[in-house]
Amino acid sequence: MDSGKLVYMANQIGRFFQNQPEAEAVANTADHIKKFWDPRMRKAIFAHVDHENGEGLQPYVLKAIQALKSEAATPKV
Amino acid sequence: MSLIEETDYGTRRSTSDKTVSLTIDGFEIAVPEGTSVMRAAMEAGIKVPKLCATDMVDAFGSCRLCLVEIQGRAGTPASCTTPVAEGMVVTTQNERLKKLRRNVMELYISDHPLDCLTCAANGDCELQDMAGAVGLREVRYGYAGENHLGAAKDTSNPYFTFDASKCIVCSRCVRACEEVQGTFALTIDGRGFASHVAAGMDEGFLGSECVSCGACVQACPTATLMEKSVIEIGQPEHSVVTTCAYCGVGCSFKAEMRGNEVVRMVPWKDGKANHGHSCVKGRFAWGYTNHRDRILKPMIRARITDPWREVSWDEAIGHAASELRRIQGQYGRNSIGGITSSRCTNEETYLVQKMIRAVFGNNNTDTCARVCHSPTGYGLSKTFGTSAGTQDFDSVEETDVIIVIGANPTDAHPVFASRMKKRLREGARLIVVDPRRIDLVRSAHVEADYHLPLRPGTNVAMLNALAHVVVTESLFDQDFVRERCEIDAFADWAEFVSRPENSPETAAHFTGVPAETIRAAARLYATGGNAAIYYGLGVTEHSQGSTTVMAMANLAMATGNIGRRGVGVNPLRGQNNVQGACDMGSFPHELPGYRHISDDTTRHLFEQAWGVTLDAEPGLRIPNMLDAAVDGTFKGLYVQGEDIAQSDPDAKHVIAGLSAMECVIVQDLFLNETANYAHVFLPGSTFLEKDGTFTNAERRIGRVRKVMPPRAGMADWEITLALAKAMGVEMNYAHPSEIMDEIARLTPTFTGVSYAKLEEMGSVQWPCNEKSPEGTPIMHIGGFVRGKGNFLITEYVPTDEKVGPRFPLLLTTGRILSQYNVGAQTRRTENVVWHEEDMLEIHPHDAEERGVRDGDWVRLNSRAGATSLRARITDRVAPGVVYTTFHHPTTQANVVTTDYSDWATNCPEYKVTAVQVAPSNGPTEWQTEYREHSDQSRRIAQVVPVPAAE
Ligand code: SF4
Ligand code: SF4
Ligand code: SF4
Ligand code: FES
Repeated sequence: MDSGKLVYMANQIGRFFQNQPEAEAVANTADHIKKFWDPRMRKAIFAHVDHENGEGLQPYVLKAIQALKSEAATPKV
Repeated sequence: MSLIEETDYGTRRSTSDKTVSLTIDGFEIAVPEGTSVMRAAMEAGIKVPKLCATDMVDAFGSCRLCLVEIQGRAGTPASCTTPVAEGMVVTTQNERLKKLRRNVMELYISDHPLDCLTCAANGDCELQDMAGAVGLREVRYGYAGENHLGAAKDTSNPYFTFDASKCIVCSRCVRACEEVQGTFALTIDGRGFASHVAAGMDEGFLGSECVSCGACVQACPTATLMEKSVIEIGQPEHSVVTTCAYCGVGCSFKAEMRGNEVVRMVPWKDGKANHGHSCVKGRFAWGYTNHRDRILKPMIRARITDPWREVSWDEAIGHAASELRRIQGQYGRNSIGGITSSRCTNEETYLVQKMIRAVFGNNNTDTCARVCHSPTGYGLSKTFGTSAGTQDFDSVEETDVIIVIGANPTDAHPVFASRMKKRLREGARLIVVDPRRIDLVRSAHVEADYHLPLRPGTNVAMLNALAHVVVTESLFDQDFVRERCEIDAFADWAEFVSRPENSPETAAHFTGVPAETIRAAARLYATGGNAAIYYGLGVTEHSQGSTTVMAMANLAMATGNIGRRGVGVNPLRGQNNVQGACDMGSFPHELPGYRHISDDTTRHLFEQAWGVTLDAEPGLRIPNMLDAAVDGTFKGLYVQGEDIAQSDPDAKHVIAGLSAMECVIVQDLFLNETANYAHVFLPGSTFLEKDGTFTNAERRIGRVRKVMPPRAGMADWEITLALAKAMGVEMNYAHPSEIMDEIARLTPTFTGVSYAKLEEMGSVQWPCNEKSPEGTPIMHIGGFVRGKGNFLITEYVPTDEKVGPRFPLLLTTGRILSQYNVGAQTRRTENVVWHEEDMLEIHPHDAEERGVRDGDWVRLNSRAGATSLRARITDRVAPGVVYTTFHHPTTQANVVTTDYSDWATNCPEYKVTAVQVAPSNGPTEWQTEYREHSDQSRRIAQVVPVPAAE
């Protein structure tokens, strides 16, 4: 998927939550992406984080994606 | 089956709770105070003869046929204009009254053609009935004197005629146009013998302000105003009550039939959404149902460049199923999906999402609500806890201040607009927030107190500024906030909106609306009594659509305008079943009843009911499907009733996505634009050909009833079942009522809904369950669905779609009364007389600067694409703003719109596109090529008959 578009969308989501304290903003951004993005979209943005260092993502949005990524990597018990 | 004859009580129902007792013809009767003697008699089963009275309009007392005697009163008062009084003793029939009535009738008939046998109203004429009722046996005057028998007939309206020779000048039509419709197109012109009904300035119906709602035709007691379809076909013999398939008002109609032929659609007085009123679309624009363009045979083709080949249902469905399975085998389970339209019934939509989840095995299901009201669902659920409007339509009767934001009710929700206008004429105040001067801002007897013509894309700035005034001037409802809302959230929000960046003075800079006007509007909203917000796609179709919905919810909570009649936050839904489509779990992340697919309890409930394992991950939304298609991971799509190639933004991207797929299945009435890229076409059925339910904007579930068999042989829900079966999964339902039973079993807000309940109640508003067995007209009474109301911070983030030197104007889009959405239906009716093509509205100043004259072809350019259409110069739009509709595929307005979308839901930002306008010679190359391509694509191979063996 076009990572530029996904970065744009992720930042747009993050922007709504940016007035909240950082931890909350990160958690809410991650939650929104988790709830509304299909897995292939998430995979594509994870790849963007891996290969392009998340170029273009706002810092707290990057944090949100990283959180999602590690959550996805942790096998469910 | 028989013809439903609705009782005409002659005058309106009184809403008083005080009762008055009287005696009519010796019978004791008790009725509410304010009831007319005529109505009281009718309620007791005594029909007083009448001509100028009808219960849809106020009594006028002109015909003098309804005379009665009242003990202790002199003369013979008209029963329609005389209110009941305690102890009144009324006589409706005696020698004196009989004689008087006969004299009245004799005068009427002496100036009326006696062609009853060949008259279209024969059998449905009140004049005829009254002549019979009063026992008229002779007319002494003859036709020798002056009369109107030669008066001209006005046939200009495409749907009804006005035959002046038959007019008795009772003015029922005039009153219907004023009181019911609110258009004031008709007057009684002239005096005495010369008096006659005039449309506009006597310019004929089509040339006048008439909007062809049909209210006057319905009110007319004679054949003067008559549907052309009745003139052509004859009187109907049976009728079936059903729901209009156009807009989200969801009007109830009687489909009046002769055999399987629709004679006319008449709004049903018992319909709770419309109370007997209609607009031109539902009332008259049903001709598309038997238009010659309808496709009645299934078709397939290998490539989208091939002509179509007609095949049997079995072959088409078998082919579709095997293609979908092949694609899944080759590209994975998640490489296919489906889309439904908000035009589909609840049962159809439910079934499609079920098929996708349970048979396709993924959650790639979406609905066209994605592109209209998905932000409503998101915004209202975050603040109030439920994804729906808060009021019923009747609530507007108790509203003191109406705010209309980004909606154009007189065009898009006409029947509700009539209710609104009635309330405004009664004195309610009005604030319109819209870039364009919509009709409500100033029309007959209605004038907005404030019109805030903001720049497109600045809704949030405007709402925050209104909130700023409410908070900083302490106009908020402290008690409500303390008792009903999250107090900390309120405090944070109040602090946020009070900041200088949210002041009207700052907002004026973004919105272009003077701060003082914003302040005055905010004061009116907060202090003017019951205040209600009504909004449309001008709110949702923005990159901050969801934020705007939340901002409105914040404002309503802060001022305590939630949880009772007369107030609320009310989305005016575009298509008929937007609400239902959302309720039914069409979104990729939600199961029916707005429960997230990752919620284990809900998912297990459905897994158990359906006997499958469901994917816990959300699927793709429409724009994501198209992106994934371009990307090569999404290859097969089932589209029921939706035309994404015309209706979705950035048409070139949509087309690229569709063209990249290997199997596109379109189920529709016509070869729509999407079908140009399809491999399988399954002919769908119209709302007249199937059973089901629609849920309107006030959460009202109404029945759609089959009045004729599906013309292509299968109802849409049956097609979905057949496809699922061909893919290996049998879903057994004998009738859509069984689908509703399943929905009720699995959805907490629907547990009380069944076809039996709908039969009994006519319609019901969800939540309908054990707690509210009769449904819920008003939500959030006493507490919010989520518990406490939640305030959210709604920062204004200007859209990235910005004007600049290359694209200095802002384009915004909308629709008009006579056309509906992509126009596939309405363009195939006589409604085209009102709107033959989409035009670009442009301010005189901008037009002059560009050398554009009224009616010129202009080229409309954006960074997404270009299209050409003709210009209409008008100051309805502000300088810097241009506006068009998107009803015609040749216009291709969506070639110009961009792929920016709402941050939360991906609802496209249709309402803001930076454009440039320049004179042009005609259609663009793309338009011409596109036309050629679609003509090519619509070819159907002629089957050459194989010569029989000798
Ligand atoms: S059709 Fe409607 S708008 Fe037109 S004249 Fe009749 S009532 Fe008025
Ligand atoms: S057109 Fe019909 S309703 Fe109107 S005044 Fe004439 S008879 Fe009455
Ligand atoms: S289009 Fe809307 S307002 Fe018009 S008749 Fe149908 S439901 Fe009613
Ligand atoms: S019906 Fe009462 S005066 Fe005409």
